[in-house]
Amino acid sequence: MSVLDSKVPKGPIKDKWTTYKDKINLVNPANKRHIDVIVVGTGLAGGSAAASLAELGYNVKAFAYQDSPRRAHSIAAQGGINAAKNYMGDGDSTYRLFYDTVKGGDYRSREANVYRLAEVSANIIDQCVAQGVPFARDYGGLLDNRSFGGVLVSRTFYAKGQTGQQLLLGCYSAMNRQIARGKIEMYNRHEMLDVVKVDGKARGIIARNLITGEIERHSAHAVVIATGGYGNVYFLSTNAMGSNATAAWKIHKKGAFFANPCFTQIHPTCIPRSGDYQSKLTLMSESLRNDGRIWVPKNMDDVKGIQEGTLKPTQLKEEDRDYFLERRYPAFGNLVPRDVASRAAKERCDAGHGVNATGEAVYLDFAAAIERYGTEQAKIHGVSNPTKEKIIELGEAVIEEKYGNLFQMYEKIIDENPYKTPMMIYPATHYTMGGVWVDYNLMTTVPGLYCIGEANFSDHGANRLGASALMQGLADGYFVLPYTIGDYLADDIRTGPISTSTKEFDEVEKEVKDRIDFFMNNKGTKSVDHFHKRLGKVMWDKVGMARNEKGLKEAMAEIKEIREEFWKDVKVPGSHNEMNLELEKAGRVADFLELGELFAKDALVREESCGGHFREESVELEGEQKGEAKRKDKEFAFVSAWEYKGEPADAVLHKEQLEFKDIELKQRSYK
Amino acid sequence: MNLTLKIWRQKGPQEKGKMVDYKVSDISEHMSFLEMMDVLNEQLVNSGEEPVAFDHDCREGICGMCSLHINGEAHGPDRGITTCQLHMRMFKDGETITIEPWRAKAFPVIKDLVVDRTAFERIQQAGGYISVNTSGNTQDANAIPISKHAADEAMDAAACIGCGACVASCKNSSAMLFVGAKVSQFALLPQGQVEAVDRVKNMVAQMDLEGFGNCTNTGACEVECPKEISLENIARMNRELVKASLIKF
Ligand SMILES: Cc1cc2nc3c(=O)[nH]c(=O)nc-3n(C[C@H](O)[C@H](O)[C@H](O)COP(=O)(O)OP(=O)(O)OC[C@H]3O[C@@H](n4cnc5c(N)ncnc54)[C@H](O)[C@@H]3O)c2cc1C
Ligand code: SF4
Ligand code: FES
Repeated sequence: MSVLDSKVPKGPIKDKWTTYKDKINLVNPANKRHIDVIVVGTGLAGGSAAASLAELGYNVKAFAYQDSPRRAHSIAAQGGINAAKNYMGDGDSTYRLFYDTVKGGDYRSREANVYRLAEVSANIIDQCVAQGVPFARDYGGLLDNRSFGGVLVSRTFYAKGQTGQQLLLGCYSAMNRQIARGKIEMYNRHEMLDVVKVDGKARGIIARNLITGEIERHSAHAVVIATGGYGNVYFLSTNAMGSNATAAWKIHKKGAFFANPCFTQIHPTCIPRSGDYQSKLTLMSESLRNDGRIWVPKNMDDVKGIQEGTLKPTQLKEEDRDYFLERRYPAFGNLVPRDVASRAAKERCDAGHGVNATGEAVYLDFAAAIERYGTEQAKIHGVSNPTKEKIIELGEAVIEEKYGNLFQMYEKIIDENPYKTPMMIYPATHYTMGGVWVDYNLMTTVPGLYCIGEANFSDHGANRLGASALMQGLADGYFVLPYTIGDYLADDIRTGPISTSTKEFDEVEKEVKDRIDFFMNNKGTKSVDHFHKRLGKVMWDKVGMARNEKGLKEAMAEIKEIREEFWKDVKVPGSHNEMNLELEKAGRVADFLELGELFAKDALVREESCGGHFREESVELEGEQKGEAKRKDKEFAFVSAWEYKGEPADAVLHKEQLEFKDIELKQRSYK
Repeated sequence: MNLTLKIWRQKGPQEKGKMVDYKVSDISEHMSFLEMMDVLNEQLVNSGEEPVAFDHDCREGICGMCSLHINGEAHGPDRGITTCQLHMRMFKDGETITIEPWRAKAFPVIKDLVVDRTAFERIQQAGGYISVNTSGNTQDANAIPISKHAADEAMDAAACIGCGACVASCKNSSAMLFVGAKVSQFALLPQGQVEAVDRVKNMVAQMDLEGFGNCTNTGACEVECPKEISLENIARMNRELVKASLIKF
């Protein structure tokens, strides 16, 4: 039997969570006062968990590397949050949200977890509204919904283009209330650098005060990791500059299995790279694909003219344009799921049809939508025989109302007016479905060590649907962890405070300090960014949107080489006992250099295509689906959970077999 | 482009700082301002010097981490954006650019261009919340309809990113726009009414305690605010304060 026990409760899927909650061990309020919990990360997942645990009565210590919990990268989420409220009366239900999430994830997630997520989703909206989150409303004063890719109902709640910001500010305010009460001790500008285990259980962390450089010991009865995704392993991504995998990777090295690292989402609509100096990529919300048509020029002469700037896209005739998504997927057209859209864009650019100087961009064109809306508006306003100009004016107003802030953001970055000329977009790394393996309780393979939010692997399988990450973060933090952690902590009511003056803390602190000393004394010749960029290039070229055996093997070897060179030749200026941003980066990149190799190894082992993971060797060879991704359920319907054994290449694979009792496995077809 | 940068360097909170000149060359107009700073820092690291410390994270204008006074303006010359959204096409070849940290008594410098904004945290902790438990025992989200206008206006106030540019651009270092935005968001929503009186009193008291100055209606904050938070929020906060002072429990 596998060493992995998912601890999924017995019984019908609909009753699992309720029955489980009824039977779970509880800690009485008087005892909670004697129990400490560390929460690392204060994004939607960590913020909601910290607030809820403090409210229940636990003593919470929360950590974030920014100067305020409000700045966690959850703040950047634009589009919205899903919930099975069925306010629109369009047939939505818990089951349908569950079904869509499992199907969208290409059948690589654990049914019971996803069902629970769908089940608590409605409550999230109630909670947020009560906190004063200003969701969009209709004229009747009720909450408005929009629709997102890959589903047939409208269940996405939003607050303009700033949903993540507003939800995070909700969490933040709940945290502030507990900080004021003294139930949360907030450690801003602190970075967790390792976890401390005592008798096999997680009992504390080692953190660095990023202002003074001091190394601190913090103890607790349980530790929760909520540090977000590892997309920055690609160097360029839509993540924040400081987003990192350090906490997740450090706990992996101390015994927490790492699951499905190769499941990464490449988002199709991001602003393309403009040069080698590029530091990050900016997302253009998925909602744009509702109205934008994606195309490249058919003929190479036109491509050349456009790349050289002698030809304008608006000069191209309809018949000289290739609307490749509409051509390949007539049923879903421009609204195919993210992974499918991204690969199709890459395929065209690889074939030489890219439309900017780097050859890595396709058009997202609103001209047709502007005309369609303009004509409609002319009718509504009774304008007879409208001129072309009038139609465009009316149409542009509609587009502005819908996407004004995005268009403005685009114009600020690219310096082109997207109302007049098509936007240029290209896929970019956006989200990591993989992460730390957790059981139904959200506990890792280390007792007392939990992992929530994007940092864990649990709910999105091989591909995440839009607006589901915010839902998961808040579900984990507000509604799941506060119950499940009690079950574990019930055994700790007599433990008393955990001392930090023990050999276990001594040892881990020494490891942390040795590593910092190493960086400070290395006196190499190359900056941290130099290595990070090289890693990113290997990841993008060989472990990106399309992967094959040869490339993956090369990637593993190359990453190892970069890592060895990094340790020999990295240069970190300044000193350790002050604010030192290069030192912070060095630690993070060192971890990415290990994670990247495991990532490639995981991709190599998974000889199938599913969701965001596309193996060129695994495609349909004939029939209607010819050339499309081919999943292999017989061999690969499992979660890969990797156990650390020294070098990433030596990691040992454990399989959690996935069972689908409530959903039938089918091929995803968007033709 | 080739540029001269005059940058505030300060080793630590207790040390004296000074302006230092640097040169950068081959800067593309498509770069963002912070990417230009990355180029400078890479240059400094390669020559064994300490890079310039500055705050930043999302680099898309939403986290509120980035700051910088550029040529005397908070978030630089462009309007309605943060420093991380500023692009080099706003500058000319050969130009000299002055880069300083936020200057305010309540925002002490930590290092170089990084300042301590935790005063904002303490103001929020004094009352920037609705006391509702996160247990899930709340009423249905649609139980209380809220007019679209109120919801939209609350959203506009809630768009504040807590960057501190309002304080930095105010000659009195007043935090009224920041506090007004939070007070307004809750004042506009039915959920915020229950605690309205205590909230505004406590937040304003904390603001005064932190050493922020008074508002003399100059309006520089609104101009420099990257989220274009309206002065109307300050007026609303003042009204809330008057209302609160009339109520005796
Ligand atoms: C541009 C963008 C748009 C998105 N839009 C949507 C959307 O519309 N809908 C949707 O559902 N999802 C969206 N997502 C995805 C979603 O926002 C994230 O998956 C989610 O917010 C992650 O939340 P989190 O709490 O897990 O982590 P984060 O919000 O990333 O928080 C991580 C926290 O961990 C802290 N931290 C990290 N490392 C350490 C360390 N070593 N020590 C101490 N603290 C540490 C950080 O300070 C931070 O507080 C979007 C993502 C991006 C990038
Ligand atoms: S009011 Fe504007 S300037 Fe002030 S903190 Fe908020 S966003 Fe920044
Ligand atoms: S870095 Fe986030 S707003 Fe500028």
